This record gives sequence, C-alpha cells and structure tokens, in this order.
Amino acid sequence: MTDFIDAFRTALGLIATLDPDLVEILVLSIKVSLSAVVIASLLGFAIGGALAVYRFPGRGAVSAVLSALMGLPPVVAGLVVYLLLSNVGPLGVLQLLYTPTAMIIAQVVLVTPIIGALTRQACQDLLEEYDEQLRSLGASSSAIVATLLWDGRYRLITAVLAGFGRAIAEVGAVMIVGGNIDHVTRTMTTAIALETSKGNIALALALGIVLLTIALAVNASLIWVQRLANRLAYA
Amino acid sequence: MLDPTSPLRGVSDRLASPPLPVEIKGLVYETGGKRVIDDVDATIESRRITAIMGPNGAGKSILLRLMHGLIAPTQGEILWAGRPADRSMAYRQAMVFQRPVLLRRSVAANVSHALGLRGVGRDKRAICVDEALKLAGLERQASMPARVLSGGEQQRLCLARALSLDPDVLFLDEPTSSLDPASTLAIERLLLDAQRRGIKVILVTHDVGQARRLAHDVMFLHHGRVIEHQDSQDFFDNPQSEGARGFLSGGLVL
Repeated sequence: MTDFIDAFRTALGLIATLDPDLVEILVLSIKVSLSAVVIASLLGFAIGGALAVYRFPGRGAVSAVLSALMGLPPVVAGLVVYLLLSNVGPLGVLQLLYTPTAMIIAQVVLVTPIIGALTRQACQDLLEEYDEQLRSLGASSSAIVATLLWDGRYRLITAVLAGFGRAIAEVGAVMIVGGNIDHVTRTMTTAIALETSKGNIALALALGIVLLTIALAVNASLIWVQRLANRLAYA
Repeated sequence: MLDPTSPLRGVSDRLASPPLPVEIKGLVYETGGKRVIDDVDATIESRRITAIMGPNGAGKSILLRLMHGLIAPTQGEILWAGRPADRSMAYRQAMVFQRPVLLRRSVAANVSHALGLRGVGRDKRAICVDEALKLAGLERQASMPARVLSGGEQQRLCLARALSLDPDVLFLDEPTSSLDPASTLAIERLLLDAQRRGIKVILVTHDVGQARRLAHDVMFLHHGRVIEHQDSQDFFDNPQSEGARGFLSGGLVL
C-alpha cells in the first residue's frame, strides 16, 4: 500500500513539475489524436451529410456498415492499417509504418465511422423537418447537405468530441502501427501499458491521471455543448 | 395600391406577373394504394386570392403540393399559362407550410439563407432581409434565434421569407390554423398586401371566416375531387353541392 502511495505521490510530482518525458508523450498523443480527428471530421461530415441526402442504390447498406464500424475494435483497425502500410502491403513504399503518420491513419480509420454515423443521424433528423421547405426554396442536394451540416452544428461538435475521446483513449491501433517507440511513437496509452508491465507505476499512474482528466474534460464539454444548444433553442 | 414608401418597393420594383391561368387536367395522385387526388380538373384564372377548402383528408394539402411541384402526380398535368412547370417556374413560386419550418439560425439568417438558395447576391440579400423583416414587423428580432419566436412570429417570419423571394405565386397550407386572432390578422394583412402587388395567392384553409375575408374564389374538395369551384360570394351564399352546404353550415362532412 505504501508503494502505491509513494507511486501516486511521484506521479503527482511528475505532473506538477511537467516532467519532460511525460510532456513529450502527452504532446505526441494530443497531436496524433487531434490530427486524426480533424481529418476524420472532414471525411465524416461529408460522408454523413451525403448519406442523409443523396439517394443511391446500396445507401442503406452503406449506412448500416458505417454504424457497425462505430464499434470497430482498435486492434482490428490497427491490423488493417498495418497490412496496408507494411513493406509487402499496397502502401508499403511510403515507409510509414512505425511513424506518427501511421498512427494518425489508424485513428482516422477508427474515428471516421463514429463521426460519419453520428453526422448522418443528425442530418437525417433535421432533413425530416426541413425537406419540403428546402425543396420549396429550390435547394440543390449539395445546398441541402450544407444547410443540414450547419444547422446540426451542435450535434456535430458532440460527434467530434466523441471521436476525440475515442482516439485519445485507444491503445490497440497506435500500438500496432506505431510500435511504441520511445521519443517517436510513444503515446499515453501505449506508455501506460509498457510502464505498468515494467513496474514503473509512477509514470504510468501520472499518464493515467492526465488521460482521465482529458476524458473527463471531453465529457464535460459534451454536456456543456448540449446545454448551450438547448439554451439557444438550436437543438 | 402599392404605397410608394412601402418597404417592398426595393424588393420588387415590378408588380408580380403570375403565370395564369393555372389549368389542372385529369390530375390523379395515388399513395399507399389510395387515390388521394381523384381526377381533378380545374382552372384558376383570377389574379386574386383563391381558397382551397374541404374537410380533413379531402386532399387539399396534396393538391397544393402537386401544384407547387413538391410531389409528382400519378397521372394528369398542371399547366401554368399553358406550359408545364419547369425549374424556372419553381423559382417563381414560394410556399408557407402549416407548421413553421425555421432553420436553427437567427431570424435574419433564415431569410438570407432562402435568398442565397435562389441565387441572390450577398449585397442585395442584406437589403432584402431588412425589408422583408420590416414588412413582417420583425426587424427588432432580426438577430434572435428564429426558434425562440412565438408561434405567430414564426409564421410571420415564414411568410416574410417567402415574400422576400419576390414570388409570382404564393402557396399557403393552413398558415393560421394554430395562431391567435392577432397573429392571424397580421398574416391576412400581409396576404392582402401581397395580392395587391399582383402575387397570385393560393391558400388552403379550414377557416370559413378567413376564406370570406380573403378569397375571391373557392375551390371545394371532397374525397380527392373538386366538387365545387366558384366565386366566394356565390360559394358562401349559395353552395351548390351537398358537401359544401354541410361544411358551411357547420355540419360534420364525412
């Protein structure tokens, strides 16, 4: 028990003194997940908006697959991206495996379905209400998508936050394609896994506290965004 | 007639020139195996306000949507000044729905968005928005979220938005069915003003008083058929069909 208390004290010390190792890992994690979420948002908004508005054969199937992929296990996303990027894979020539770029790609694969499916749902709900009015105004399909995305902005923000929460907390995908290389591809989650197995509980605990704080902050902002939307009568 | 200081002068320097007559020929609309519009033939020639009346489920709203081109008929056609409607005809029309449909944006942005969809440039949009809101008495609410307006204000905004598009034909589907008398009066004044500017107004209403106050002619629908279409004076004083007589005397028309 005293070991644990010592570790906890050391962990708080690492955070308070902004330990360079800890900060480096934190910064890389946030960089990777933020980049992934930005890319996944652009893709997800486009895919979700288009699925809500355009009618084409197989639309239902695509929507169903997208929703199912929300629950894609990170290790599977990692494995798929690994196969694509490995030397014998189709994108092997790019030599991206074990780089932060590879981790971003893996997280994009993981997060795009989440943002895409939530965007589609938000747009579809709005479209039910707006459809006749927008067609009466003479809106083209692309103008309808743009209208729905903007009017669904609060729900899209919550979708992005949900995607970020997923990206920052996952370990399987970044572990497989990043390789947890010190100073190169070591993120909070992979470092926690490694340091715990090495018995370096203090650093693992410090990272865990930071990660938990981020997760709590993301969830708090989710609630805040929803409240704000309700208050402004935009919901 | 149009007051030279009227705010609408800037929106529309011209009087509207509606593509009349509207000829409805052998119109049929079926949905879910049911014939909702059953072989309707009618001609609307008047430049003044036309009311479409009838009991619930008579097909009034469907007929309005068919005329506006929101849905396609199963059979038959609608000619505007002798021509079937195309995209340019759709741009000469606007519609106000029974329940106000407002975007999750400010009052002004709702009007501006509609103008943008019709290809009005940014500079002109701002002017049109100001004038439309002034006309509807909503200029003080311009920057408020549209969805916090009262029901009456929301419907006024919908009408202002439709009028800002400078239409030749304006459709309304029971626009005042859930409004109080003051809000209803405000809407009716705007409609009469629109009619004076030459806009052809076609209005579905349940409200006999409203039809008396506004309409020049009344089309009475029953079970998907037009069973009567005549000048409102004659319609109200001397209805020809049993359905219309029952409807006007307050009886239950089934």
